[in-house]
Amino acid sequence: MNAPVRFVAKNMRLDLRLIAGMVAPGARVLDIGSGDGSLIDHLYRTHGCDARGIEIDMAEVTRSVAHGLPVMHGDADSDLAQYPDDAFDYVILSRTLQAVERPREVLRQMLRIGRHAIVSFPNFGHWQVRWQLLWSGRMPMTSVWARPWHETPNIHPCTIRDFVQLCADEGYVIERWLAVDEAGQRAPWRRFMGMANLFGEQALFQLRKR
Amino acid sequence: MDQSASPLATVVHQHAVFTDGLLLDCGVVLARLEVAYRTYGRLNAARSNAILVCHALTGDQYVAEPHPVTGKPGWWEAVVGPGRPIDTDRYFVICANVLGGCMGSTGPRSQRDDAPDGVLWGIDFPPVTIRDMVRAQKRLVEHLGIERLFAVVGGSMGGMQVLQWAATYPGHVFAAVPVATAAYHSAQNIAFNEVGRQAIFADPDWESGRYWDSGKIPARGLAVARMVAHITYLSEQALTRKFGRRLRGGASLSMFGDMFEVESYLQHQGSTFVNRFDANSYLTITRAMDYFDLVADSQGDLSAAFRDTPTRFCLISFTSDWLFPTAESRAVARALNRAAANVSFVEIASDKGHDAFLLDEPDFHRTLAGFLAGCAEHAGLPA
Repeated sequence: MNAPVRFVAKNMRLDLRLIAGMVAPGARVLDIGSGDGSLIDHLYRTHGCDARGIEIDMAEVTRSVAHGLPVMHGDADSDLAQYPDDAFDYVILSRTLQAVERPREVLRQMLRIGRHAIVSFPNFGHWQVRWQLLWSGRMPMTSVWARPWHETPNIHPCTIRDFVQLCADEGYVIERWLAVDEAGQRAPWRRFMGMANLFGEQALFQLRKR
Repeated sequence: MDQSASPLATVVHQHAVFTDGLLLDCGVVLARLEVAYRTYGRLNAARSNAILVCHALTGDQYVAEPHPVTGKPGWWEAVVGPGRPIDTDRYFVICANVLGGCMGSTGPRSQRDDAPDGVLWGIDFPPVTIRDMVRAQKRLVEHLGIERLFAVVGGSMGGMQVLQWAATYPGHVFAAVPVATAAYHSAQNIAFNEVGRQAIFADPDWESGRYWDSGKIPARGLAVARMVAHITYLSEQALTRKFGRRLRGGASLSMFGDMFEVESYLQHQGSTFVNRFDANSYLTITRAMDYFDLVADSQGDLSAAFRDTPTRFCLISFTSDWLFPTAESRAVARALNRAAANVSFVEIASDKGHDAFLLDEPDFHRTLAGFLAGCAEHAGLPA
């Protein structure tokens, strides 16, 4: 996992806005994979949060710190274990879960060090993905899943249903969730997970421990 | 090698005197403490914009002005000055010569406080620690009327002092920037220091540390110590880039007294060093570095040294630094995470080795400036 993970950079502002809307003002926040630091900057400036970041791409880390943002070089798989229990109110993993080595362990760590976890990921259950695989018999290439199979850092893709199942297995409470379509609009299938899994290009979940 | 060095020039340094006694870690009380220092910029009315810069092993307080002995530019002029990363138009910068040093602070060249006038400490100067150095700096900072430092910044041994400041006086340090440093001196680093010390001991002019009596200095031993140390400050790439296998003055190797450029360079480094540094200080300060172990001081868990710290940290390391490698900075960053501290951690790409922190490294300078600016905002310093 050397390349920074960017799925739909054009939707960054939307993703940021949706996640920021879930975070209570003044909260302690850890953003895993903080990129250029725009989310933690936003949370500090508009929500008064104590927001910090971890980022694996050193150029992004340098840029963030040079902008005065508290970011450390590290990665989700090995650095979360260093934090004490309940160090944060929210731990955010935006569009990175599918690229970590051990997604289940990363989620466990997130909910150990934070009271809430906010996780967004691209949905592999989207109809275009299903259709391409069925029709061409080859790995899907869509605007969201834009890299060929041999170059993608996304080693653990999942569908919305897969993720919900993992939460059930691990005993996590889904406090909120929503699916977002390609244009970044909230998908209208809030009540019907099967529809969201078919038409939502990305999903956003807020979890806590039971 | 030209070893016709004369004893150190006598220069009067700006200093503060403390006569209420400084209790050292070794148990000895220094009855009289002198701390030589320089300041740059202006302290604001709220006394909230002070940055303490901590110097490395052979550095001194002349950070951002010509050195009074050598006439060379200040050792961190690239970093400290108007419009520089540590901007003296905005911050009040203090730098003190370390306890045990030879640029005016109490050290082996000072008069003994328990003996008649004119008797110098020499090798009887008590062993000091990094924490003792920091205690002496704290006296100076209080003397200057500053309750809380906005930041403490330093590289190498200076970085050790930064970590010690944050661990010893957490409420008095708003931001800490330990650069190219570690929570303890590694066995390898102790080994290199020991080679340097043995070179000094082996010089007949050292005279068991009483070289002043004969008016000589152990120039050969001190120069060798400097040469060994200097190799550790550079990277293999940097040596290759600067010198390769080039010969000084000749195009091809004739085997008759030819000198490689790298040899000539090291000899120059050694011989100029002896004119500005005292051998007994070198012994004292290298020992202080070797003693430094913040992990052992915290019963094996470094995070305990920073439990509930309010200080904001920025750790910076360099890719080609093999004296204080990135892994050691990362270990400190992780310990700070365990203490739930606010920590930034950056590794700067550079092929210049440990010396990179003293040189022109734009990414390092941007990082330092940005971190301080961000902290200034959090501290409510006026822009």
